[in-house]
Amino acid sequence: MTAHVHDNINYLKTSKGLKSWLTTVDHKRIGLMYLASILVFFITGGLYALLFRLELWTPNKDFLSVDQYNNFFTMHGVIMVFLVVVPGIPGALGNFVLPLQIGAKDLAFPKLNLTSLYLYWLGAILAVISLLAGHADSGWTFYAPYSLSKNPAVMWMLTAAFLLGFSSILTGLNFIVTIHKMRAPGMTWFRMPLFIWALYATAIMQVFATPVLGITLILMLVENFFHIGIFDPALGGDPILMQHFFWFYSHPAVYIIVVPAFGIASELIATFSKKEIFGYKFIAFSSVAITVIGFLVWGHHMFVAGQSEVADTIFSFLTFFTAIPSAIKVFNWTTTLYKGSIELRTPMLYGLQVLFNFTIGGLTGIILAILSVDIHLHDTYFVVSHFHYVAMGTTMIAFIGGIHYWWPKMTGRMYNEVVGKFASLLVFVGFNTVFFPQLIMGSQGSPRRYYHYLPDFQIFHQISTIGIIILAVGLFTALINLLMSLRRAPDAPQNPWGARTLEWEFAETPPVLFNFKETPVVTHGPYEFAKEGA
Amino acid sequence: MDTTKSVWLPEQASTFANSVDWAFNLYLWISVAFFAIIVVLIAYFVVKYARKRPDQLATAQIVHNTFLETTWTAIPLIIVMALFVVGMKGYWNMRVAPSNAMQVDVTGRKWAWSFDYPKEGVSTDTLVVPVHQPVRLRMTSTDVIHSFFIPAFRTKADVIPGRYHSLWFEATKTGVFQVFCTQYCGTNHSYMWTAVKVVTPDEFQAWVAAAADPSKGKTPAEFGEILYSQKGCVACHTVDGSTGIGPTWKGIWGISVPLEDGRSVTVDEAYVKKSMNEPATDVVKGFQPIMPPFQGVLSDKEEDALVAYIQSLK
Repeated sequence: MTAHVHDNINYLKTSKGLKSWLTTVDHKRIGLMYLASILVFFITGGLYALLFRLELWTPNKDFLSVDQYNNFFTMHGVIMVFLVVVPGIPGALGNFVLPLQIGAKDLAFPKLNLTSLYLYWLGAILAVISLLAGHADSGWTFYAPYSLSKNPAVMWMLTAAFLLGFSSILTGLNFIVTIHKMRAPGMTWFRMPLFIWALYATAIMQVFATPVLGITLILMLVENFFHIGIFDPALGGDPILMQHFFWFYSHPAVYIIVVPAFGIASELIATFSKKEIFGYKFIAFSSVAITVIGFLVWGHHMFVAGQSEVADTIFSFLTFFTAIPSAIKVFNWTTTLYKGSIELRTPMLYGLQVLFNFTIGGLTGIILAILSVDIHLHDTYFVVSHFHYVAMGTTMIAFIGGIHYWWPKMTGRMYNEVVGKFASLLVFVGFNTVFFPQLIMGSQGSPRRYYHYLPDFQIFHQISTIGIIILAVGLFTALINLLMSLRRAPDAPQNPWGARTLEWEFAETPPVLFNFKETPVVTHGPYEFAKEGA
Repeated sequence: MDTTKSVWLPEQASTFANSVDWAFNLYLWISVAFFAIIVVLIAYFVVKYARKRPDQLATAQIVHNTFLETTWTAIPLIIVMALFVVGMKGYWNMRVAPSNAMQVDVTGRKWAWSFDYPKEGVSTDTLVVPVHQPVRLRMTSTDVIHSFFIPAFRTKADVIPGRYHSLWFEATKTGVFQVFCTQYCGTNHSYMWTAVKVVTPDEFQAWVAAAADPSKGKTPAEFGEILYSQKGCVACHTVDGSTGIGPTWKGIWGISVPLEDGRSVTVDEAYVKKSMNEPATDVVKGFQPIMPPFQGVLSDKEEDALVAYIQSLK
């Protein structure tokens, strides 16, 4: 029975060589390849941000030309949205963790999963081609008619985003089917970890919203090449229609970005408090509620764009409802800490940062739904900051926390805890130093995407630029700390955090090829810390 | 020191500013309160319930509390519905101009603004309006989407090619107030600034009289210099010899310049006028063919004035 022996060794050692990785259908290896790719692009997108923030040190030219600046913020946006935050948590951590957490051997469609990864890489290659083809300068929102200027770099970028959309749809489909059909015996819906609920809600949005992005991008390309007159007003097209299409995807995309982060935050806060999560069903359903409401609020991106006042009013009304599930999550996480047994390990420090940053991200979102106030704040740095409190402060911080949490399971190694905590502190201080001043600068009236600005705003820009240096040092410290652990012999115990979910209680560290030596039978909920022992 | 300026908001100079700032400040204090409660609770719990022994369990497993959950669903719901009503009322007021509003037509183009007063029959590159007079801007763009933002008035609206979009305001004090373009529109987006000059009704009448014939009492070159900034040439062409988006005008008159297609051309009246009306035909080497055509925008007299101005820039 050699096959069984083979199956029972750690997934990193079942086969060797580059080919074994490139042709693998193991969700864990695919997850790791996603992780490595996403980190490469996170660093790339971050370097763009670092460079243009340094350029903003003074109101006039420092070392980048205006066209370089416009190109850099476009590249930063496109890379971070389409190559990092949208695919990030589902592609890397979702892939690795989802089957383990529900007691499955793999995802439902392992080959489709590998196809998603290849589509991601193909999209990434096209983004690099765009880089070589010239200066894409449309911003990540590709607003027409500016983006219809036949700039080849923009067209490569549109094609890249189109392919990345397909990768996202296929991952979502795979997750939905897996969650429905592959749960281990005893893994009822309400015994699923909240990370699974979050991935489930995300997957629904990926499958339903992303096709609209695909259609929009195809129409943009058609318009660019054949001048049919869909979005170009010079040809009788409607540029506002393009905005409706774009935000019909891109608003749900914000929830595609942030909902998985809610899932990770729930895991971290419950596990490191040794506490049953407060209001499990409320948190699970609030993810689903955000999914549904998230589809109905896209018009709030267009309050100054010239849609009807009636539409503005309806979208404002609906947008306020997203505040409720978001607020419930924050209250539930905070209450989970009450009477817990709280241990501030590195992942928990990131979990608490998510709670802090998301509270600011959420509160600054609600004010943008107040119509009369939004008119003033629209397209200013206030919006930039709000968005980054969500996409970076919530999603990327949760992602980094999740990497620290599941790193021992993925690699079999523990990292240096002191360095890890120190890095997380730098990240916290750095992030807030970058983005808090931007809230004030924005409400004072400073427009976004500005190379050249009023001297009154210089102090805010300078604090922000100092912040990004602290943030960059923190992120590199965290990365080096993780990578250094790989040089050591495997030392991670099976369940270093005392977690109650399957990947820690049942799966070895690192897991075997098909995750579990025998199918786990689930007898308790994901956070039942009162009943010790399986 | 302007007393209407705060840490968070710029000075107030329109009838909207008070109500927008009232809603902003109301919300600011609500959110500060929420944020403070959350952060204080987190800090307190983290310290108070810190794990002291490795095997220490939570002291209680509380999974549910109907009263708490109902309360923290209901209170935010009530607050956000109140905010919705406040925002909606303020917004509708912003969108419906009074019937006695004075109309100004606004045109955005890469990367300049121009203002035409249909009733007064004058044009300008800096918006001039009388104080305490409702003004309705009817706005359109000749190229891509721009957005017209006056922070001190707390209002903005996108300026869209192929359609008209409007906004209105009533200035409450005299002075000069910054205008920004807030919809990304390419290279010089962040230079697409102008100002609203709010004056007394008498000053406004005097200004209209002077603006009605801007060439009056001026040499063609002097008039050309006014047009240079008014028509937006300034966004791309410098007059000090430095390189801009387009060739500098300093010292260009009379010399021979290489073109993109390899030919050369002498900069004379014929070439300058052709470049205004069909700018993409003979593009100077090293520059992009991105200048919008001014065919029909400039009168013969204005073209002559610009030629005279370029000629004067030795």
